[in-house]
Amino acid sequence: MSDSLHKAGRLLVNGVELQADVSGALLWPARRLAVVADLHFEKATAFAARGQLLPPYDTAATLDKLEAVISRHRVERVICLGDSFHDDDAVGRLDPRQAARLKALVARREWIWIAGNHDPTPPADWGGLVAEDYCEGALTFRHEAEPAARGGEVSGHFHPKAAVVLRGRRITAPCFVTDGRRLVLPAFGAFTGGLNVLDPAISGLFKKGFQATLLGRRGLFAFPRQALV
Amino acid sequence: MSQPALLPETQLSALPPRFAAWFRARGWAPHGHQLAMLAAAEAGASALLIAPTGGGKTLAGFLPSLVELAGQPHEGLHTLYISPLKALAVDIHRNLTQPIEEMGLEVTCETRTGDTPHSKRQRQRRKPPGILMTTPESLALLLSYYDAPQVFGSLRCVVIDELHAFAGTKRGDLLALGLARLQSLSPGCRRVGLSATVHDPDWLAAWLSPTASPEGVRRVIGRDGAEAVVEILTTREHLPWSGHMAVHALAEVYQRIRQAGTTLVFVNTRAQAEIVFQELWHLNDDALPIALHHGSLAVEQRRKVEAAMAAGKLRAVVATSSLDLGIDWAAVDLVVQIGAPKGSARLLQRIGRANHRLDQPSRALLVPANRFEVLECRAALEAVKARSLDGDPPRPGGLDVLSQHILGSACAGPFDATGLYQEIISAFPYKGLTRKDFDRTLDFVATGGYALKSYERYRRLGLDKEGFYRVANLAHVKRYRMNVGTIVEAPVLKVRLRNGRVLGEVEEYFVNGLLPGDSFIFAGQLLAFEGMRENTVVVSRAASGDPKVPVYAGGRLPLSTHLAERVRGILADPEAGHDLPPAVAEWLRLQRWRSQLPPADGLLVECFPRADKEFLVAYCFEGRNAHQTLGMLLTRRMERAGLSPLGFVATDYVIAVWSLKAAEDVDALFDEDMLGDDLEEWMAESSMLRRTFRNVAVIAGLIEARAPGQEKSGRQVTFNADLIYDVLRKHEPDHILLQATRADAAGGLTDIGRLGDMLRRVKGRIRHRRLERISPLAVPVLLEIGKEQVYGSGLDELLDEGAQALIAEATEGLEVGRGQAELPL
Repeated sequence: MSDSLHKAGRLLVNGVELQADVSGALLWPARRLAVVADLHFEKATAFAARGQLLPPYDTAATLDKLEAVISRHRVERVICLGDSFHDDDAVGRLDPRQAARLKALVARREWIWIAGNHDPTPPADWGGLVAEDYCEGALTFRHEAEPAARGGEVSGHFHPKAAVVLRGRRITAPCFVTDGRRLVLPAFGAFTGGLNVLDPAISGLFKKGFQATLLGRRGLFAFPRQALV
Repeated sequence: MSQPALLPETQLSALPPRFAAWFRARGWAPHGHQLAMLAAAEAGASALLIAPTGGGKTLAGFLPSLVELAGQPHEGLHTLYISPLKALAVDIHRNLTQPIEEMGLEVTCETRTGDTPHSKRQRQRRKPPGILMTTPESLALLLSYYDAPQVFGSLRCVVIDELHAFAGTKRGDLLALGLARLQSLSPGCRRVGLSATVHDPDWLAAWLSPTASPEGVRRVIGRDGAEAVVEILTTREHLPWSGHMAVHALAEVYQRIRQAGTTLVFVNTRAQAEIVFQELWHLNDDALPIALHHGSLAVEQRRKVEAAMAAGKLRAVVATSSLDLGIDWAAVDLVVQIGAPKGSARLLQRIGRANHRLDQPSRALLVPANRFEVLECRAALEAVKARSLDGDPPRPGGLDVLSQHILGSACAGPFDATGLYQEIISAFPYKGLTRKDFDRTLDFVATGGYALKSYERYRRLGLDKEGFYRVANLAHVKRYRMNVGTIVEAPVLKVRLRNGRVLGEVEEYFVNGLLPGDSFIFAGQLLAFEGMRENTVVVSRAASGDPKVPVYAGGRLPLSTHLAERVRGILADPEAGHDLPPAVAEWLRLQRWRSQLPPADGLLVECFPRADKEFLVAYCFEGRNAHQTLGMLLTRRMERAGLSPLGFVATDYVIAVWSLKAAEDVDALFDEDMLGDDLEEWMAESSMLRRTFRNVAVIAGLIEARAPGQEKSGRQVTFNADLIYDVLRKHEPDHILLQATRADAAGGLTDIGRLGDMLRRVKGRIRHRRLERISPLAVPVLLEIGKEQVYGSGLDELLDEGAQALIAEATEGLEVGRGQAELPL
């Protein structure tokens, strides 16, 4: 990653230096920590069960991405910000190969599962710690942002995406959203849709404006609130 | 249905007495083509009627059915009429009711569309009328019920109106499959196609035929009307170099409107419609009743305009293709086409909207918006005079539509795969479908068609002991019925006046860009955006402001291949009696002096420096979509050659690329092999392909726009089609829907087929001109830089294009370019 792109991914939240990754993961380099939100494992099979036969490779694709981030940045600790499993039965639908991959990932490092609305009780079978929320240093990790939270909240849940108009063309991409006090992560899972950051559900969390860091295919691009459509 | 008396009394003897009396009472005689249609019916033959609008075409289509029904009572449905527009079905119903009542025939005639009340629809299935008027989507729905064999078993005739508008489209594919089904349910049923004048009647006859071959379909040609009087406006104002709105000429257009009784003003896009309407309204010192009509306006609003038009209360309507088809207004005196017509068949259709009477010439005025459009208008005019029309060659039916049809067939009842395959290949668009592709499509419908990992336990279609396919559960039937059809639209939101009525719909992404207080032009009014209320855009009337204009995706048709050829022909020899206005003739003279004119058979490529950059302008005339694709491929190749391309802009006529270093070997740059690896690589990333895939996936039912329980929200699908595309490409590169996507990409937004034809044509015939400075012909495209949209580029591509500058432009005056740490947050 070139210097300029690297710079575009720098985020300062409650005084903590963080690094947004083009994959959608958040890195806390000083602590060798990676944070990912909304993995939604087995989303495709959940839809297939209801008659919509989406390609059954979402879990594999998400694990591919996750393994790559972990090895690229020599991550020693991982926090999953909830909605890691699409529903209660997701584990039962995992095919053995993907289950083995996940197990291996969790076994080799410190892992924290935050509960989400899709997985209020994340399965304990994998190891790792299960928590409603988790504090470390100046940061608090939880699934869904609380409007009245203190500074340093890092959350997921909304699957934020943002759009800019460049040369008359509207370009949409998943994004990180922050005002320097709190941070909302994009969804990491394959097949996850998104909610525009201008929707009151997200923009209402950032009364004094925010910056969105959009995920390109190869790089990150930061835009202030005013530049978004 | 105006019907001048043209033929002698003897013609009437060919009709049953009741019909003869009715014609006589109106002072009419039947047209030759109406009698020919009767004769075809008596012989039990299918028939294709090709006639200009206003030739009593609709009556010709129905007359045989009415005669049959009058002669002997018929139990159940006798004739099915299919129209591309709901409104047209309703209008034709009205027109047909009149002769039925006047002749006292005991024939029931009803419409069935999405607007038909539930109770009536149920009753129609129990007790069908003699004549039913409907749309392809409603037909597909009717065919998906278990009682379709009873409803359609008695069918004798299907009448397809505006056949030319169906053939070659996905909607046409759906209809063709429906017709094949009808043929199985009622083997003796004959087909009647009504069409405007077309480029290739053989193809249309084959499309119509129950056996997918043109033999056996009687061709009936209606009499040509008086030749249209078409004029190109030579403006007294300065003729613009670029732009599409023709605002300079609207004062002159207004004068023509004043002089005519009723005028139809056709434009090419909805944005043009809004702007032209606004300008005309500013000029409207006489307060003439002028109205606006386009596809995004509320239905009631459109119906009101249509009714006022029919009643002769309007002096002019500004309209998009929403008025291209259908409803007859006899009293249009003048058709104005603003901007170039893009195709000669389309121009002819539009001209035909003036004066639906064969004995009087239609009058039309073409208003080019810029210099290239003068050439295009000239080419279109010459094409219409020569009666040479454009038409794309037939494309094979879409596998996405086939998927939908297979699921629909299963909804109606169990089927045997071989029987269904035989039925499907009797439909013209699918006559070349291989059994292998059919089986793969069937497998997709049943289990998703994934080779690596099976969805056996989530099968939508199960195979019973007798070897029949059955729907696994009723939920699938419900979902099928909610999603039937081939029209995939961008998410739209209703626009409502505060405490008032709905004005129409705009695309969601346009609204996302609005802040409260922003003004925009819509439905011919200046509106102020107030905010969103539950999926509705709330607006108030605004007094002033610098308004935006909603932009709609895919509104613009590219220049047809046929017109492109003619434009090249004019350019190659502009003095050969093309009657070009002085400003254009002078422009071309200058071009010849400074560079050269584009040759008819080869390709002119000019290279020149300008403002520290090197420009390359290629005069391809292959239409915007093909040029966009060419631009992507050229810049990739130039990047590799170390020329540092910075960007490109494509119009319908020309492509311009700018770079840091000049291109030397232009022949190599345009080599056909760019359609090999470069194309593959680009297609993997291209957002045009992604959009194509999304449409395919929605039509095929992989992604459902509407699912039970959430149909009202309808804002977005809950997952990202792009990500599904990526995953499929990686894990199932041979998936049937990727195959369908590539087939669609050959035409459509990427127009790869057309690009390939051009590269082959110009091979060895590229005239490379190195110039000191910009040539006169290159001026228009350079003026488009910054105005034109660049399709098909993601964030990264824009960055490659030097997007830092663009981002600065997009966010001018804002805090950008600084790192997060320095942002005042």
